[in-house]
Amino acid sequence: MSSQVLEVKNLKTYFKTGEGLARAVDGVSFKIERSSTFALVGESGCGKSVTALSIIQLLSASGVETHGDIFLNGSEISNLPEAEKRHIRGNRISMIFQEPMTSLNPVFTIGNQITEALTLHQGLNKAEAKNAAISMLSQVKFTDPEAIFNDYPHRLSGGMRQRVMIAMALCCKPDLLIADEPTTALDVTIQKDIMGLMNELKSELGTAVLLITHNLALVYNNADTVGVMYAGRLVELAPARLLFSNPQHPYTIKLMRSIPGAARRGHLLDTIKGAVPAATSYPKGCRFSGRCPREMEGCAATEPALTTKKSTANDYGSKQFVACHLYDLAFMSGAKARPLRAAADGESKALPTKAAAPGSETIVKISNLKTWYPIRKGIFKKIRGYVRAVDGIDLTVRSGQTLALVGESGCGKTSAGKTILQLIKPAGGSVCFRGQEITAMGTRELKQIRAKMQIIFQDPYSSLNPRLMVKDIIEEGIRSLLPGLNKVERQRRVAEVLDLVGLGPKAMSRYPHEFSGGQRQRIGIARALAVRPEFIICDEAVSALDVSVQAQILNLLKIIQDKFGISYLFITHDLGVVEYIADEVAVMYNGKIVERGAVEDIFNRPTHEYTKKLLSAVPALPE
Amino acid sequence: MPVILATDLIVFLVTGGAIFMAYRSTRGNGAVLREIKQNRLAAVSLVFLCLYLGTALMDSLRWRDVAVDENGAALITEDGGAVYESEALSLLDRALSGLRTGTEKSYSAPFASRLFVKESMELPDGRVTRGYPPLRYPGTHILGTDKVGSDVLYTAIKGIRTGIVIGTGTTLIIIPFAIFFGVIAGFFGGFIDDIIQYVYTTLSSIPGVLLIVAFMLLFGGKGFQGGLVSESDVFLSVFVPNDRLFWLCLILGITSWTDLCRLIRGEAMKLRELEYVNAARAFGVPGSGIIWRHIVPNLMHIVLITVVLQFSGLVLAEAVLSYIGIGVGPEMGSWGNMINTARLELSREPVVWWNLFASFLFMFGLVLPANIFGDAVRDALDPKLRYR
Repeated sequence: MSSQVLEVKNLKTYFKTGEGLARAVDGVSFKIERSSTFALVGESGCGKSVTALSIIQLLSASGVETHGDIFLNGSEISNLPEAEKRHIRGNRISMIFQEPMTSLNPVFTIGNQITEALTLHQGLNKAEAKNAAISMLSQVKFTDPEAIFNDYPHRLSGGMRQRVMIAMALCCKPDLLIADEPTTALDVTIQKDIMGLMNELKSELGTAVLLITHNLALVYNNADTVGVMYAGRLVELAPARLLFSNPQHPYTIKLMRSIPGAARRGHLLDTIKGAVPAATSYPKGCRFSGRCPREMEGCAATEPALTTKKSTANDYGSKQFVACHLYDLAFMSGAKARPLRAAADGESKALPTKAAAPGSETIVKISNLKTWYPIRKGIFKKIRGYVRAVDGIDLTVRSGQTLALVGESGCGKTSAGKTILQLIKPAGGSVCFRGQEITAMGTRELKQIRAKMQIIFQDPYSSLNPRLMVKDIIEEGIRSLLPGLNKVERQRRVAEVLDLVGLGPKAMSRYPHEFSGGQRQRIGIARALAVRPEFIICDEAVSALDVSVQAQILNLLKIIQDKFGISYLFITHDLGVVEYIADEVAVMYNGKIVERGAVEDIFNRPTHEYTKKLLSAVPALPE
Repeated sequence: MPVILATDLIVFLVTGGAIFMAYRSTRGNGAVLREIKQNRLAAVSLVFLCLYLGTALMDSLRWRDVAVDENGAALITEDGGAVYESEALSLLDRALSGLRTGTEKSYSAPFASRLFVKESMELPDGRVTRGYPPLRYPGTHILGTDKVGSDVLYTAIKGIRTGIVIGTGTTLIIIPFAIFFGVIAGFFGGFIDDIIQYVYTTLSSIPGVLLIVAFMLLFGGKGFQGGLVSESDVFLSVFVPNDRLFWLCLILGITSWTDLCRLIRGEAMKLRELEYVNAARAFGVPGSGIIWRHIVPNLMHIVLITVVLQFSGLVLAEAVLSYIGIGVGPEMGSWGNMINTARLELSREPVVWWNLFASFLFMFGLVLPANIFGDAVRDALDPKLRYR
């Protein structure tokens, strides 16, 4: 038997939509070997999840067309009857999904859900299935597997549930495990555990893993082979180490350069111009044409094939596949190889050094701030205790500087942000804005301060009212906080900020849903800027965005800061972003600040145990 | 002398509202109107709805004629005042006077020339035989006649006003109640939420029919039920506030706002946590402004869907109430009454089916277009769907 578990040949999955045929996956071929991890990376909408669903054959709804061959252990599975496909799903190919909170059925016990597959596929009786399930649960590092077996999903944390999902997926000893963004919803310390567990079980059971993720660092640390997807196609396929040390395709190179990190401090991040083409209307030739920095005259006409590069002969030459004309000797010697644009400079633009000397003036001073949520019980809603979300934190934000507040989900960082803005009344402590105490202010006094302190939110979809036009969204703050301005002045201000965030006045009379995620985030920034604040809280402002879009937004935030001297409180869990953008860091854990200081100090010489754990859990990228 | 019933005001209000909406949608960029025009099904539904509303409006403009004696001279009272007929006929009644007055003795099938039931007839030679006597107006009754011989088509057309009044009148009471209490409970939460929740939980735990019966016996028992206006129990003047149908709308509205309120409360609780609401609060926008700009517009789709679905339920509720004898009177003409009488007619042999058929046809012609048009309006108002 060959060591090849899965082979996908020219897989195509098309969806019929109102706008035409959406070619979500358009000719993808790859192989996965036993005990190895193949990672599919790419930005959202590039077709990686659809590839996974096509392999496990969960896309049988009407309006879907699938072509191509899928071989599992050498036998074709794409044309099997439905009954036999069911026997493959969950038994020989199993899957882990992104959201551990919704992928377990809350009304059944963990044991019930694990044994379901065992009795169905392996023909075990109840007692045998229970034994198998318990041994599987102990394999995924539960200290008391029997207790977990009888437990209900809601009693487990996100990380524990994802371990249960792994146990469920692996209990039938599948040949292939598909993990679709398995750790995206989890904290970074738990992510490390889960990935470690998957790697361990992979070599123990000989399972091949198809890892789907957008997190390049995770891929670097966990995958053997990587396929980079763009617009329904693989543009580069190479062993992980090789791909990261020597990326070939312009898209891969751009993607890697747009990841924020310490190395890029003081420079703008690389961005890719334009947006990913819609799946219904790909460019005719190379799909990256029009956005590619190294585009040549012939690129838009002919589509490059995924081949081993021939132009540069080195040791790995035969293992790295690229779909780009740059590595096609025949093409490069032809007349169409003239570059369309001036060769892109390798180095990204450096930012001007800050005008204000760091650590000059204190804008916001927070001392011993507390946010307690009361727990009410009984008919009379008596307060029986408090959830201490924020429990006495001290922060200082200086003018023109960025303070990052980092911590895992549930540590109270978002509550802290809302409390600073007085969106939640604090239980104690003080917030001083330019020496003025604002926690005791009345509504009218507070209005004066609100124009100076603004917030940008995480979710670009829920942060804009879908029923209002962009100009009304942005105007709202001006209308409320600067009642002195008349209509013409307000309109001018709106046009001004839209221009500032790179959207242009055309956006004014359009609705939010007409914009992409990145553009919506720009509208959110414009809304905050419209009242000319001096201090902005960015609450996970770039966490929901793809890496190339994230780079654009981070650049924008940087440019605005340098232009207007605005201070940021950057609330985030992404330490790469912190290293890139922040001047100072405060690490929050369980409602308290455990460590704070300058970015270099914290990242290079962490002193608190928790900070050390957090930093070591972050998957590292090669420099 | 014009006579205005309390329910006429509802019809006038709805007509005025419809005209205003039509005017509003032609102004501005006209996107809503264009959207509805493009949707052919919705346009057809709109035509149907306009026909129904027009009929209801015609049936709501009524006046009493001056009473005349045998010689055609107007009667006057002792002090010289005019004497009016005791019945106020509407514009519709006058337009359809042929159908109204062309009554038969009893049942007759659609398009029949003879009665549906056998009667003793005297032949020209003096013998008496049992047979189907010829109709007085053969072939004119498109949908047949009912037990007392009046035209079923006429009764069904008269039922339009009742159906529209019940559907829209009740809705007019439900919407403000439900939106106001639902949004306030959901948005502010806490103590206010508790109180509103207790109110609607209590209200919806009392059996609806019980509440309606009690209310109708208290207030609506002696109200105007159609027919003569000068009945002793009914206040005789230009404006007749004691209209039984009006009480029916009121009580149906009061008992059925709770479902919508519950939905709105849940949606408002969800919306209040959204980031754009937080953004507005960070701008110092007061609670009322947030509710008006951010909460209410984003839950209107729920209101529209619920109301359109409830519409047919309300028309049917009127039928149920007629069944237990507290609906509108038989002279007002209502689909509920027609369905109620059809209960006995269907157990006859051979079956008298046209009463039920007519009420079904007319109800269907109102409820289906209302549903289709409601969907079209919801889609047209949703900016997400507008620019596709």
